[in-house]
Amino acid sequence: MAVRRRTGFLDPVREWIDELEGRILPETAGPVARLTFRRAVTAAIVFLITFVVLAPIFNYATSEPGLWRGAAFFTWLVFVVLYVPPWERIPTIGPYIRPAMAFGLAFTYPFYVSNMFDIPIFGAWPDVSTGVYMLVFIMMAIGLNIVVGYAGLLDLGYVAFYAIGSYTVAWFASSQFAGVNVHFWDTGVGATVPGIHISIWLLLALAGVVTALVGILIGLPTLRLRGDYLAIVTLGFGEILPQIARNGDDLFGTGFNLTNGPNGIVPIDSPGFGSFNYLTGSGTFFTSERLFFWTAILLVLFTIFCSLRLLDSRLGRAWVAIREDETAASAMGVPLMRTKTWAYAAGAFFGGIAGAYYASFKSATFPGDFFFNISVFILCMVILGGMGNIWGVILGAAFLSYLDREGLANTGAWLNQHLSLNIEVPKYEFGIFGVILVLTMLFRPEGLIPNTRRKAEFEVGVHDQPLYDVTHE
Amino acid sequence: MSDLVQIEQLRKEFGGLTAVDDVDFTIPQGTIVSLIGPNGAGKTTFFNMLTGVYKPTSGMIVLKDEDVTGKPPHAITERGVGRTFQNIRLFQTMTALENVLVGMHTQLKGGIVPSILRTPRVKREEVQARTRARELLEFSGLGDVDEEEYARNLSYGDQRRLEVARALAINPQLLLLDEPTAGMNPQETLEFTGFVAKLRAEHDLTILLIEHDMRVVMGISDRVTVFDYGEKIAEGTPTEVQKDERVIEAYLGSGAASAA
Repeated sequence: MAVRRRTGFLDPVREWIDELEGRILPETAGPVARLTFRRAVTAAIVFLITFVVLAPIFNYATSEPGLWRGAAFFTWLVFVVLYVPPWERIPTIGPYIRPAMAFGLAFTYPFYVSNMFDIPIFGAWPDVSTGVYMLVFIMMAIGLNIVVGYAGLLDLGYVAFYAIGSYTVAWFASSQFAGVNVHFWDTGVGATVPGIHISIWLLLALAGVVTALVGILIGLPTLRLRGDYLAIVTLGFGEILPQIARNGDDLFGTGFNLTNGPNGIVPIDSPGFGSFNYLTGSGTFFTSERLFFWTAILLVLFTIFCSLRLLDSRLGRAWVAIREDETAASAMGVPLMRTKTWAYAAGAFFGGIAGAYYASFKSATFPGDFFFNISVFILCMVILGGMGNIWGVILGAAFLSYLDREGLANTGAWLNQHLSLNIEVPKYEFGIFGVILVLTMLFRPEGLIPNTRRKAEFEVGVHDQPLYDVTHE
Repeated sequence: MSDLVQIEQLRKEFGGLTAVDDVDFTIPQGTIVSLIGPNGAGKTTFFNMLTGVYKPTSGMIVLKDEDVTGKPPHAITERGVGRTFQNIRLFQTMTALENVLVGMHTQLKGGIVPSILRTPRVKREEVQARTRARELLEFSGLGDVDEEEYARNLSYGDQRRLEVARALAINPQLLLLDEPTAGMNPQETLEFTGFVAKLRAEHDLTILLIEHDMRVVMGISDRVTVFDYGEKIAEGTPTEVQKDERVIEAYLGSGAASAA
């Protein structure tokens, strides 16, 4: 593939590295050596910027000199180890090394987060419960990416799947239906507590399946539509479900309380094994937060695994083919309706599991959690990260959900303190996300980590051409 | 010789315009049939009805003794009809190999769960599919092209070849080629004509061809059908059609026939 260099503000740096490479490396140096050299230079530049330029400006050296320098230096070392060696060139296991190390770092995060330094402007690193929140949204973003990124179907009502997952767990693991008393592999719930109490692990699977089924039900009539029409129908669907949740405390005037209306369903049981319960944790090592955090990482790994496997399969190819050219895809024998419905169901499945897990973590679900803005929020993650590329989507989801939870409040506090202002920055959250999205579209339309395929489309501009004999060329 | 395709009274109207006007048509098994006619004669509309892209206004399409009228494109493809497009419609940012693999969609079984688990069966199927896809690329003259190259980066001629390879991946009995030599130079056209003959011989195919290049049409067709204003105005062997007065009139205008 023809490599087209981006033009951007980093170009002078790139040229400087080119020149340095020419001067220092011998002519005989191989491509691996060159790559390593370039990355090492980049790492050195990062070091200089962080420790020589930024540290004095932000004056961290005086507040907590030892801690900041130490932790920041170790973070930089980790970055060097991850980035500089050409891991990807190692045969067979090469492509897996970096993701494995990254997930190792994520798994051990609860142990070192308290020793981390403050990031300039953004403040402290996110705490572990924010981590759970981020992981849940990463999972949802990966699910939505199947629909939007792979199959190219614009879904503006993804929050509905999140809601269905949440309510599935809420119904079957709470005292909502107090008339009955069903207990099945539940943990941490007294045997006399009324309501349905089923093991959360089973409910996660159930929530996924139920949500996928709803996805199919919704998909069958709507996926016949193309482009904008589909977006509008999904938008409506995303509005209707929370309304049902809101008004479901007196279903059809029969007095049957399905959703407990605006008050939501509280409390919801926690997952656990036997006497070992996630809500209370066990000792100082297995704290509740950590258990939820590690389980969320496992769920995200599961989602990534499924998503990658699907992309490289008969179905995944059909999805991409539909995204590229519907007419040609159907002429190659791809059944459009069925294939799109599968994309919808697969996306819904992960959205449902994520919603279910999050409801159990929060121990509550309210209709107010499922506004339209959440659909847009998740869509932003996919677009910011890079449609179709799973690593980009993870990055986008992590960043935006972090901003939502902690980042905006922290930056707001920093701004107010240093500029003597009094602005409640988190209030302007969606305005800020809008600005981020506009900036992304202006400067990096293919997202932070673009899918190589998507990138090609953005450079040349591939359009779904209308049938030729209609336009009459 | 039995007929692979029988078409009766096929009609397509777009609003007030009749694009195809009650056409009867048969394609005998194992033949190369060409469809010619001036621009706007309704050839491609006819093609699109045959492949299910358009629903006919009226009439019937029978494929291998089965009524397929109004069936969706993928259902018709499943029954062994492969096609190429007038203006190339490859999956631009999929690789050459993946393009061919999409063509095999109907022959592969891998469902959603087995694909995630990558069961031995799915694995075997994928390996076989890739082997066959490479053979098809080779057969279509793309042996030298990097199979991991994006379709959009291939040269024009190679893109045309890839479209044929993708259509062959369907394992068709009937192959529909819509102006395959458009934009080719005489040398490439000559090569392509040879390729089509080889196709029929080696893949046991019936071919329906829309073509403007008369050397190609007269060179390889068993039968030629001529469309004008949505109507079939002539049908027969190439030599018969060449002498037909209505054909000459359609192409050259009235008076030309008597002048010749």
